[in-house]
Amino acid sequence: MSATAPQPEQPALRIDGLKVRYGTGRRGADGASLAAVRDVSLQVSAGECLGIVGESGSGKSQVFLAALGLLASNARIEGSVRFDGEELLGLPAAALNRTRGAKVSMVFQDPMTSLTPHMRIGAQLAEMRVHHASATWREAERRALEMLERVRVPDAPRRMRAYPHELSGGMRQRVMIAMSLMCEPRLVIADEPTSALDVTVQAQILALLRDVRAQFGTSIVLISHDLGVVAGIAERIVVMYSGRVVESAPMRELLRTPRHPYTALLTECAPSLHRARLDRMPCLKGQPPDPTEPEIGCAFAPRCPRVSDRCREQRPPLTRIDELSQVACHHPHAT
Amino acid sequence: MSSPRESLLEVRGLGVDYEGRAAVDEVSFEIAPGEVLGLVGESGSGKSTLARALLRLVPVVRGTVSWRGTDLLRIQGAALRRRRRDLQMVFQDPLASLDPRLTVGETLAEPLEIFEPQLGRQARAKRVAEMLERVGLPAAVAGRYPHEFSGGQCQRIGIARAMLPQPQLLVCDEPVSSLDVSIQGQIVNLLSDLQRDLKTAMLFISHNLAVVRHLSDRVMVMYGGRIVETATREDLFAAPLHPYTRALLAAVPDPAAALHASGDPRERARIANEAEARGGCAYRGRCELAQAVCEQAVPVLEPLAAEHAVACHRRAELVYSCRR
Repeated sequence: MSATAPQPEQPALRIDGLKVRYGTGRRGADGASLAAVRDVSLQVSAGECLGIVGESGSGKSQVFLAALGLLASNARIEGSVRFDGEELLGLPAAALNRTRGAKVSMVFQDPMTSLTPHMRIGAQLAEMRVHHASATWREAERRALEMLERVRVPDAPRRMRAYPHELSGGMRQRVMIAMSLMCEPRLVIADEPTSALDVTVQAQILALLRDVRAQFGTSIVLISHDLGVVAGIAERIVVMYSGRVVESAPMRELLRTPRHPYTALLTECAPSLHRARLDRMPCLKGQPPDPTEPEIGCAFAPRCPRVSDRCREQRPPLTRIDELSQVACHHPHAT
Repeated sequence: MSSPRESLLEVRGLGVDYEGRAAVDEVSFEIAPGEVLGLVGESGSGKSTLARALLRLVPVVRGTVSWRGTDLLRIQGAALRRRRRDLQMVFQDPLASLDPRLTVGETLAEPLEIFEPQLGRQARAKRVAEMLERVGLPAAVAGRYPHEFSGGQCQRIGIARAMLPQPQLLVCDEPVSSLDVSIQGQIVNLLSDLQRDLKTAMLFISHNLAVVRHLSDRVMVMYGGRIVETATREDLFAAPLHPYTRALLAAVPDPAAALHASGDPRERARIANEAEARGGCAYRGRCELAQAVCEQAVPVLEPLAAEHAVACHRRAELVYSCRR
């Protein structure tokens, strides 16, 4: 991991004022909708590894699915998503496909359902390059083999002919990462890529993502509910709650001196063998707010140890602390 | 290891085969009344199969399982059903383990209808309400359906269902691994409270070592269908012996470690080669200490200290490297 600071002036991906809502079925009823993403702006610099942390329902996956046009047709999306300066929202599928897969690719949680069960691994990998980079099958297959070797799949020539079910979960995830790299994308978005894996395999996959970044200079977005997973690889972390960014800061700063009480609680809850065993296991009490309810005040107020009357009435705006850090809280921890 | 304590469950040489291959082999252990035994291992290590074998959900081909002296593998029919009351299970996927067509109240009443048929409707409803409150849910949720609840709430319902028949052993198979880390602690603390108050023994299966450390009195580590290490909680986490246990502990992602790490954390465990040959130590393909002997014979689980046993041909080096 290099010590170079992210360069906010040259973002590879820039998301501004992104909102995602779903109609909840009652046709014509006004306001009956679910807010998955309430308002998110963030950027990913070239070569940066950005971690996105939040609980289920925080909107962390929705932001990137929306950015790549992968949401269901009933999602209503507003805002702007620019990749290399090109606006992606509203782009027709054919144009979007020139970016998706080729310049930006995604790795999902479950490698079994992301792979086609009846196609050999080699053909699935090669297909990426044939489709997105107009390569010949021969060239693409050579590339597929090289990628499998790059992601350290043992016995790669034999694995080229295997079907997904013949591989272990960790090996399938390696194949997914190889696939995401087939067209040398500028950005790889990994959505909980290790949540279905065991800890030793998880460590290997995270190490692989670090390698990929070092080898190819690819920007990486790593999405997870586990701050511990993200901390091992990201240089900068964005914390989301209830469809909004509540804090963002460089990794070490965020872990050492979390400003938002939610971030502070997440660091305490991350399972750790380095800390002494406590009598009670630390955890967050309560539930995130209902996304179909209107937002009044700070969404975290009902679970917040620092809550005041002001928090219940006024939503704290996301405020810039310095060039790299922002927080949305009326009572942030001074650092 | 023989123990002078009275044991609730005693397992000897247990083996379960899938398609002619041993998924669980030569597994022996005991659980004392009220004890929490943690079981750690990766997917495919046989830990869930072992749990299912204890509950007679998969056929056992070798070994014995005795429950307070009676052979659990031989009983049939009504006797087996009665015994099932004593051994209850909490599953990994909290929503999938609840019947979507039944209200929470109906789901929770079911074990009482089966195991305590003498109870009247009102008495049953009262027991259900008490248990719901005990697991941290308002009694009013009895009229609602599983899909209306979050993952954490569904797991509370799953725990309530398992605890209602007042079992003596609760088998928890990865009960928190599908939950956000921020709420895993809620469920772990709930299990810990129930265990303390009701003195229920527990077999707690997880690949999450922080959670296992929190709950367990003793810990067993499984690899390739066999127990490779067993120790008290203190010993296992302070002085792990088996190379696999060490790799597991080193692989736990940890924000504290990320802060103190200088540069890249090394990739600690080698990539498993799935083409492992049979015979010999199952871990040898990934093991830093593997030698020729590891290919020749399966290492036997043998005690190295009181309550600390390890199955490794290189046990001498393990103790040495552990003392540094």
